[in-house]
Amino acid sequence: MRLSRPDETGRFGDFGGAFAPETLMPALRELEAAFVDAWADTGFHADLDHLLSTFVGRPTPVYHAERMSERLGLDLWLKREDLAHTGAHKINNTVAQGLLTKRMGKPRVIAETGAGQHGVATATACALLGLECVVYMGEKDIERQALNVYRMRLLGAEVIPVTSGAGTLKDAVSAALRDWVASVEQTHYIIGSVVGPHPFPWMVREFQKIIGEELKQQLDGSSGLPTPEVIVAPVGGGSNAMGVFYPYAGDPDVDLVGVEAAGLGISSGKHGASLGHGSPGVIHGAMTYMLQDDFGQVLEAHSISAGLDYPGVGPEHSYFKDEQLVRYESVTDDEAVEAFHLLCRTEGIIPALESSHALAWIIREAASLHGKTVVLNLSGRGDKDVQQIAAMYD
Amino acid sequence: MTESGQQRLAELFAGVKAEGRAALLPYLTAGIPTPEQSVELFVAMAEAGADGFEVGIPYADPLMDGPVIMRAGEQALRNGVTVDVALRVAQQVVERTAKPVLVMTYVNPVLRIGIDRFFEKVASAGVSGVIIADLPVDEALPYLVAAKQAQVGIALFVAPTTDRTRLVSVVESNPSFVYAVAEIGVTGERSANSANTRALASRIRALSDVPIVFGVGISTPEHAAHAAADGDGVIVGTAIVRRVLEAQSHEEAKAALTLAVSELAVAVRRSR
Ligand SMILES: Cc1ncc(COP(=O)(O)O)c(C=O)c1O
Repeated sequence: MRLSRPDETGRFGDFGGAFAPETLMPALRELEAAFVDAWADTGFHADLDHLLSTFVGRPTPVYHAERMSERLGLDLWLKREDLAHTGAHKINNTVAQGLLTKRMGKPRVIAETGAGQHGVATATACALLGLECVVYMGEKDIERQALNVYRMRLLGAEVIPVTSGAGTLKDAVSAALRDWVASVEQTHYIIGSVVGPHPFPWMVREFQKIIGEELKQQLDGSSGLPTPEVIVAPVGGGSNAMGVFYPYAGDPDVDLVGVEAAGLGISSGKHGASLGHGSPGVIHGAMTYMLQDDFGQVLEAHSISAGLDYPGVGPEHSYFKDEQLVRYESVTDDEAVEAFHLLCRTEGIIPALESSHALAWIIREAASLHGKTVVLNLSGRGDKDVQQIAAMYD
Repeated sequence: MTESGQQRLAELFAGVKAEGRAALLPYLTAGIPTPEQSVELFVAMAEAGADGFEVGIPYADPLMDGPVIMRAGEQALRNGVTVDVALRVAQQVVERTAKPVLVMTYVNPVLRIGIDRFFEKVASAGVSGVIIADLPVDEALPYLVAAKQAQVGIALFVAPTTDRTRLVSVVESNPSFVYAVAEIGVTGERSANSANTRALASRIRALSDVPIVFGVGISTPEHAAHAAADGDGVIVGTAIVRRVLEAQSHEEAKAALTLAVSELAVAVRRSR
């Protein structure tokens, strides 16, 4: 069953909640109250809708990928989040949380970023709204997503390298949370996915569900257009997937498939498949499927894609998994890179490596998807990954 | 076991109260630099005048900790310090010093073991109480129940940001003591006295006479004396851990902690 909102402790079934240092708890409650108030306010919606249409470029188109369709023997449509301003779905959330930050009267914003897309989207919203912006980014990700680091700096954000752990997304989230514990009175944390303590997973889902709501109108079965039979999205923290899935969750006519990173292969232990191959625990303030050892220590994830290189996942996905509302699969680094190239050459679209994972699953399953109407949530564009791909062939 | 952890904690706070002072409770990550040597360091701190201890169970993603305690945790994890190893360190500290010992951890390792089973393990190690850094009162019920069942003490947190409604629910949950966060921020050394301890203590005191232990940012004897004036206990963490990480040898670490703790012990005695 799809829950319109979590219960008062922030639970989706067994998952979610708020496991955070007490110092943060009042801010989380304040945020929840501010969000509930704003979300019921037509003025807030008017401001947000205006920015989404004039600044972000929504609605994003749905594109019929005819050459890929022919090649794969199915009917493939792309929900073009790559065409949103800054090049990914992340901006839907950051513009909304930016407006909320202003509404709460906080002058400073912090964020974490993996692929750099959320960092760029946050820096953009902060430049737009006149907010101070600090972005935490793991040092490994700073290396592999150098373009986005420079974009953030152009936009006036300070990028702070995180050297703890593996220097990836998990460490960046932790560093942002530690900053927030110290700065909470003047600072809002714009978290980048449907993760973290309540109310973040719920709030970010509400800000991202516009993807699926638009898709419902765009492919509604009228005027010769189909309705989706299968919707496929990559899952890192899970925000683009939740955004496109949520309006369809529980619809018996639509199969929802989330694709996680299998990295170097599940059996190698170097992957990011928290839902497929993790177990329930508490990470970054929420009860959810996660990668952990026998002693409850968080494990490092691995993926070629910085946005999927995360050992946790949004708690509502954990709920969807256990309720069997969504199927979660995984593809390897190599499969994703192959899909990346295929989309470039077949459709003239350079996809993000994150999005390439979802496409790779469609390619692998083409036979079983034969003749079906399949929507790929093309969560972002791949400009940020070009350098990394180029380096593979040096 | 003749005495429960809860009783030992109650005696600790009653004892220092009778002396008109606060308890000095140094923190050290278990297994730093090795399990055996960390036990020796706790023993040295007992001899230097500590009243009890907080033994840190290392965790890979400690959201409440600054860089020094994080680094200590990473080092301990690399040395194979699991919850069981950390509890063995705590048990040896209890046996060697006869002082009350608290363990500090995060939610996930407790969940992995099972809440009830974790508290049973804690009790059978002779540990007096548990501090869980990412457990707010809202999520604490099963932990409070398990602690009571195992007759082990448990802390709940109050921070300078905690509003009255939350403070009331903390107090009404009957923790063995309140861990009052002296600074808005993660663990780490600060240059000045806490500006929050007096106000925090009077807000808590207005509702309850539950023991108040201050922690976070208390780094020097002066800070300790300042916080001790309004509390029943003072935790000094980073300033201790840093000395151990910086020491070139076990002897040097022991000497540094002996000196630091004896100064802190004087400070908590001259605070009122
Ligand atoms: C283009 C793109 N897709 C997907 C993701 C993964 O995040 P999420 O699962 O929250 O959508 C990212 C994260 O950086 C991204 O940049």
